[in-house]
Amino acid sequence: MQIIENIYSILRSIGLVFMHAFHKRETVQYPDEKPYLAPRWRGRIVLTRDPDGAERCVGCYLCAVACPVGCIALQTTEDETGRRYPEFFRINFSRCIFCGYCEEACPTYAIQLTPDFEMCEYKRQNLVYEKEDLLISGPGKYPDYNFYRVAGLAIGGKGKGEAENESAPVDPRGLLL
Amino acid sequence: MATIYIDDKPYEVKDGQNLLQACLSLGLNLSYFCWHPALGSVGACRQCAVKQFKDENDKQGRLVMSCMTPASANIRISIGDAEAKEFRQDVIEHLMTNHPHDCPVCDEGGECHLQDMTVMSGHHDREYRFKKRTHINQDLGPFINHEMNRCIQCYRCVRYYRDYAGGRDFNVFASHDNVYFGRHEPGTLESEFSGNLVEVCPTGVFTDKTQKKHYTRRWDLQVAPSICVHCGLGCNTTPGERYGQLRRIRNRYNGEVNGYFLCDRGRYGYEFVNSAQRVKQVVYRRRDDAGVETVEKAVKGDVLRYLARLLADGATAIGIGSPRASVETNFALRALVGPENYFTGMTALETRLVSSMIEILKTGPARTPSLDEIGDADAVLVLGEDVTNVAPMMALRLRQSVRNEPMAVAHKIGIPDWNDAAVRGAVQTKKGPLFIATPAATKLDEIATSTYNAAPDNLARLGYAVANAIDPEAPTGDRVSAEVRQLAETIATALKGAKKPLVIAGASCANECIIQAAANIVWALCKTEHAAALSFTAPECNSVGAALLGGRSLDEAIQTVRDGRADVVIIAENDLYRRAKRADVDALFEHAKHVVVIDHSPTATTAKAEVTLPAAAFPEGDGTFVNNEGRAQRFIQVYVPEGDVQESWRWLRALRVATGKADVAEWATLDLALASVEEAVPALSGVRNCAPPPAFRALGQKVPRQAHRYSGRTAMRANINVSEPKIQEDPDSPLTFSMEGYRGELPASLLPSFWAPGWNSAQALTRFQEEIGGPLRGGDPGVRLIEPAAGSAPAYFGDAPKVFAVRKNDRLAVSLYHIFGSEELSALSPPLAERIPALYAALSPSDAEALEVANGDTVELRLNGAAWRAPVSVRPDLPRGTVGVPAGLAAAEFLSAPAWISVEKVSAT
Repeated sequence: MQIIENIYSILRSIGLVFMHAFHKRETVQYPDEKPYLAPRWRGRIVLTRDPDGAERCVGCYLCAVACPVGCIALQTTEDETGRRYPEFFRINFSRCIFCGYCEEACPTYAIQLTPDFEMCEYKRQNLVYEKEDLLISGPGKYPDYNFYRVAGLAIGGKGKGEAENESAPVDPRGLLL
Repeated sequence: MATIYIDDKPYEVKDGQNLLQACLSLGLNLSYFCWHPALGSVGACRQCAVKQFKDENDKQGRLVMSCMTPASANIRISIGDAEAKEFRQDVIEHLMTNHPHDCPVCDEGGECHLQDMTVMSGHHDREYRFKKRTHINQDLGPFINHEMNRCIQCYRCVRYYRDYAGGRDFNVFASHDNVYFGRHEPGTLESEFSGNLVEVCPTGVFTDKTQKKHYTRRWDLQVAPSICVHCGLGCNTTPGERYGQLRRIRNRYNGEVNGYFLCDRGRYGYEFVNSAQRVKQVVYRRRDDAGVETVEKAVKGDVLRYLARLLADGATAIGIGSPRASVETNFALRALVGPENYFTGMTALETRLVSSMIEILKTGPARTPSLDEIGDADAVLVLGEDVTNVAPMMALRLRQSVRNEPMAVAHKIGIPDWNDAAVRGAVQTKKGPLFIATPAATKLDEIATSTYNAAPDNLARLGYAVANAIDPEAPTGDRVSAEVRQLAETIATALKGAKKPLVIAGASCANECIIQAAANIVWALCKTEHAAALSFTAPECNSVGAALLGGRSLDEAIQTVRDGRADVVIIAENDLYRRAKRADVDALFEHAKHVVVIDHSPTATTAKAEVTLPAAAFPEGDGTFVNNEGRAQRFIQVYVPEGDVQESWRWLRALRVATGKADVAEWATLDLALASVEEAVPALSGVRNCAPPPAFRALGQKVPRQAHRYSGRTAMRANINVSEPKIQEDPDSPLTFSMEGYRGELPASLLPSFWAPGWNSAQALTRFQEEIGGPLRGGDPGVRLIEPAAGSAPAYFGDAPKVFAVRKNDRLAVSLYHIFGSEELSALSPPLAERIPALYAALSPSDAEALEVANGDTVELRLNGAAWRAPVSVRPDLPRGTVGVPAGLAAAEFLSAPAWISVEKVSAT
């Protein structure tokens, strides 16, 4: 009895394998044919710009501290008007695990993960990306947000009390308030 | 001890505390804003509300402010009560209605008390839909950045700045929802302690402007326990490093020394370490036969071999140490050249003054108080010291000491010390006895009972008269005027009437008689069974350590070289041009065949050296300083410097090894070097114990210098090499250059910073103290090396000096100190350099009249062939017959006392 069952099993397996010859192919001809990647795919990290075209990153270090492998290093600095931006911004992609924590931590939507994974290199050193390699010209996934429009800090072109939902600065010398 | 019940659990707490203090001491989490351990309670913010119950059957209870409620025996409270929690959450929600949306660009972020308290109280969503109030900021000078929008109106800043630190140019303006904390107009904050606003402010209204230029979050800083190098008090600091650069200095609590605060010189003087001019490589200066100099960078090994050859050829080498170099460096230099060829690097006068202070403290019955104890004194006499400018933190303590005597008023009506508003209401403007006798007016005069400005000799005479008024056996001078005698009587009565009288003197007047007079006063008090204390200010961070090590003076070193008895001169971390006359130092360089200088910053001395070896600045190396109290304290390396830079004592050790005087194993670690120090110098025995040895491990682990959140470790050096380097070794301390290690309870001298879960700001400190404001757990860092001798008091010092006689043509130089400028290293720090006063020569009105000069006119000062021109500043407080010269800014010859300077008007041409 046992032997009949075994023979049946083998024949069935052969049959199943044979049937696959008539199925639709799963293999795609990459790179000629690109796979679909969801917009929220966690691939190559970019730094975006705000709707006004200025750098979104304010150098708050939250991405760096959220990074479980410590592959982000930056130094913040500010321009003459008090606007903060990163002096350098470095991601060591040879260490990056594409977990997306940096994007979650980012309070300004500056750092974003993109649906792109095509970044292989023969030399590990080439996987170290600096700000000029990371910064793109658009706002990425969040087209409208501009941190400095809502933050209380005054920068060039936006004084105190000019942010969203702010009243004009108090005059401490006025008595009738 | 009293038993209190918190959430139905009994706890033992110390008497005399309020509930907030008690809860924080017990390690419980309770939010607060306006309370500060050094400032006391005012009950303004309502954030620390807890529920108080009548007894165990009371289920209703009532909300009380824990900071305003004494932790009396059997009191029953609840922190976790739902109503109390909701109340605290509501309070913070209201405080936050106008808080701007700018944590990402706020320098306080990550060590913000407001962030911590918001998380602790559970508030998260802003429900207030109306517009946010905004403020215009002020420029408060080079140290403090102002961002008024972030203010939550806790009033800590004004309470600190005005009530605690005695500042006047900062206040709260406007009313109700619009209160504004700042100056009446934008401008530099005048207080010498303004930097503490950064740590006092619970949020980011006041932030460190120097750090802003190279901003780093707290969690990214590599830190280690360190000691301030900018005066002789030895305040404990926490320097923070990132990317090989020193980013900031923060206070490191030491209950016995600096407590909660630092002065601005200590906080902002650090940037000399980051200077591009730093000595970072071995420099060899070659001079050819024509006298043309070429400066070239040399290879470490070659230079060591060259120096070994110089030292080996039967040449006599002398070593000149420094009061700003560590004990180890001075000792290593002494070991290299031999004790007979070692010189302290201090002038004969300075050596004599500091040694005499140590001698007085060692042989006399008076104890030298710690900085903390100075704040407990209830009657103080300052003899000859401009405390605010020489030892700034001591001035801050003195400002607290004048509160002690009038505090009795508050005690009488049962107001506890911590109830700040009530205490100040009871005390009003009353001040305890503080007498200041100095050559010129000082900033502390405003809180003094009475002041006396006179020439140094006359100050000493006053001191002698005070001693005589206390104990008639003590000698007094001849022809004591009735005015001085009356003042002396007043001072003597106040000191005798006090429980903890204190006399402060020092080397600022460069007059040994003042030091002796101070000793006489305190010994006279001790004779009358008073626990009198005697505190001397020390000129530099390791003056006392250098003096304890002993050695001959710089003057003798110069003479030795002039006599041709030295071929090689090795100078460790000392700019001789700041100490001795230019002509003398020039002579030293002329006569010495070879001069080797080990220093971290370029000076006039390094510019003349044949070989300059790059030394580690304080955050780049390990070492020990002995402060004015005689407290040996360890500073631990914060980061490994690049290139050939290493501690001066390591250079000297390398020279010893190269010359074959020592084998390689000698002084391989700091601990071994200190073992030799203790063996060779009994006066310094104990220095080894001021921090645990390098082999110390907590549960088998080292102590991490980096926070557990330290970021970017696989990227920060990736631009140089994508492979991460091995963790650097530290043979000298149990600390490691890593995030990994033990983070629990540690000996206080090894604590790199204060952090506890939920407490990211400086307020985490309560978790490390035995009690609020008390010592750190396991004892405050440092080992006292000087204790008073038991037994009978030594004989009084002999007669007082003669009355200061005004000379016809010459005037006596009096050093006038400046917190910004008089100290060598901090003056190299750019933000501090902005505050350095312009050069001047101060004259009394009668002298100015005699010379026919007015403010701003130029005078020429002449002494022994040296001449110096400066604009006149007429100061009514300066005694007749003297000329005030800014210490550290004018040439050394005009500061070496007693210098009789000829002053002449320079007519405008």
